[in-house]
Amino acid sequence: MKDNSRAKIFFAIPYISWLAVFVIVPIGLLIYQSLTNVQGSFTLANFHEFITSNVYLPMAFNSVFYALIITLITFMISFPAAYVLSHLKHRQLWLMLIILPTWINVLLKTYAFLGLLSKSGIINQLFSTFGLGTHNLLFNHVSFIFVAVYLELPFMLLPIYNSINEIDPDILKASRDLGAKPINTLSQLVFPLSINGIKSGIQAVFIPSLSLFMLTTLIGGNKVMTLGSAIELHFIVTQNWHMGSTIAIILILAMAVTMYFTRERGKRK
Amino acid sequence: MQKKLLGNSYLLLVMILLYIPIIFLVVYSFNGGTIMSGWGGFSFVHYQELFADTRLLKILLDTFILAISSATIAAFIGTVGALFLDGIQNKKTLNTFLSFNNVLLVSPDVTIGVSFLILFTILGFSLGFVSVLVSHIAFSIPIVLLMVLPRLREMDNTLVMAARDLGAKRGTILSQIVIPEIWPSIMAGFLLALTYSLDDFAVTFFVTGNGFSTLSVEIYSRARQGVSLEINALSALMFAVSLLLVFTYYLYTTYADKKARLTK
Repeated sequence: MKDNSRAKIFFAIPYISWLAVFVIVPIGLLIYQSLTNVQGSFTLANFHEFITSNVYLPMAFNSVFYALIITLITFMISFPAAYVLSHLKHRQLWLMLIILPTWINVLLKTYAFLGLLSKSGIINQLFSTFGLGTHNLLFNHVSFIFVAVYLELPFMLLPIYNSINEIDPDILKASRDLGAKPINTLSQLVFPLSINGIKSGIQAVFIPSLSLFMLTTLIGGNKVMTLGSAIELHFIVTQNWHMGSTIAIILILAMAVTMYFTRERGKRK
Repeated sequence: MQKKLLGNSYLLLVMILLYIPIIFLVVYSFNGGTIMSGWGGFSFVHYQELFADTRLLKILLDTFILAISSATIAAFIGTVGALFLDGIQNKKTLNTFLSFNNVLLVSPDVTIGVSFLILFTILGFSLGFVSVLVSHIAFSIPIVLLMVLPRLREMDNTLVMAARDLGAKRGTILSQIVIPEIWPSIMAGFLLALTYSLDDFAVTFFVTGNGFSTLSVEIYSRARQGVSLEINALSALMFAVSLLLVFTYYLYTTYADKKARLTK
């Protein structure tokens, strides 16, 4: 329709300018920074250093490893919980209760663990009353994983719950009537039928886990280095933006790979 | 029956785990002592501290002003963008736009933060309230769009066509028919943008200068220095606000649903 064109331009301008300035240009700038050195000339040295130095590549693998562990644990907690949740009577209320903690500022929740896990904190008091002695619970790998799992849990639970909830209850009834054991129903029906929810859960947990940098400082005591904390280090502390951008590009690539492997396949309807 | 009990107690355990840190924070905000252990008697002393801490109160106010203004502007641009995308007939073009739209939604917040930092630095834009506001608007737009666009697609076009046949101007159609129809989704997008802004740490951390701070950034720097129960008092208040927001959102969406069902 030709008479629509002026209105179209009016609607297009703010949105397209946003796309250009805040989506396309920033990616371009990141790529540009990663491909240049301090003098501003083009070079692949940053990527070369990333691959050859004995700092960056192990750090990246470490970060992926931690993110995998965090994702796996959140999945193992969430899947049964989502399954139970989908069978409850007051599902909506329970669902609200799971969503509610996500509305509380992440930093506040992280801060709570500084108190919970501290040397004289409640967990250590419980330990000592049971004669287990007090331990250094903060500033190590375990506390980092624990708090990360806590923060990411709802983002794994909700998509899995949504997809389990969409499964036709008649299918499950049929499987029971035909004599399938509950474990078989779970592994051969519920799991494959909720795979898309699981995939979105993995996306929602794995990618942020690669970049959690406030957790590494506050809870991990800088013993854990993630891609995110390496980027922060290069941009804020050492001010080496070129290397920082290179790591950011690697992080984006890691994200793209994750998205590729967890994409929805074979949509039937 | 036994299995059901097992399942329910498992879920209850997960729930308790989810709420322990929050309840813990709230309980200790009433502690007369100074750290998050032991118990120095019930007291409001940390709330008094909080209300005497003008720096923190200003930051709190700034955080809310930032959230409301960024969500409002993002709701506007996102809606306009959705109207634009709704007018695109070619499916391939639409999908290209949509995948660019989603870039900021799926990108790790650290990369968004540093790429905006580079952008502002190259443009010579000074870091402070405006740079944070612009960044929050930028990462909220795609959320609003994703809330509004499906509603536009579902919209019954006969009303629009009838109005056009009766000689209504485009502006009238938009303000009298289209906007009221998609209003609930614009509000939902606005509320979502609001929570994204209130919750953001990483992007703000990179694009804020020395003069401006939001709650997340302030808690980060205070937590690095150690525990202060004033923060607990603050989190108790924030929790109350979140409860109120969730409740409002819940009431609003159920109300909007009911209304939509009644008018159909």
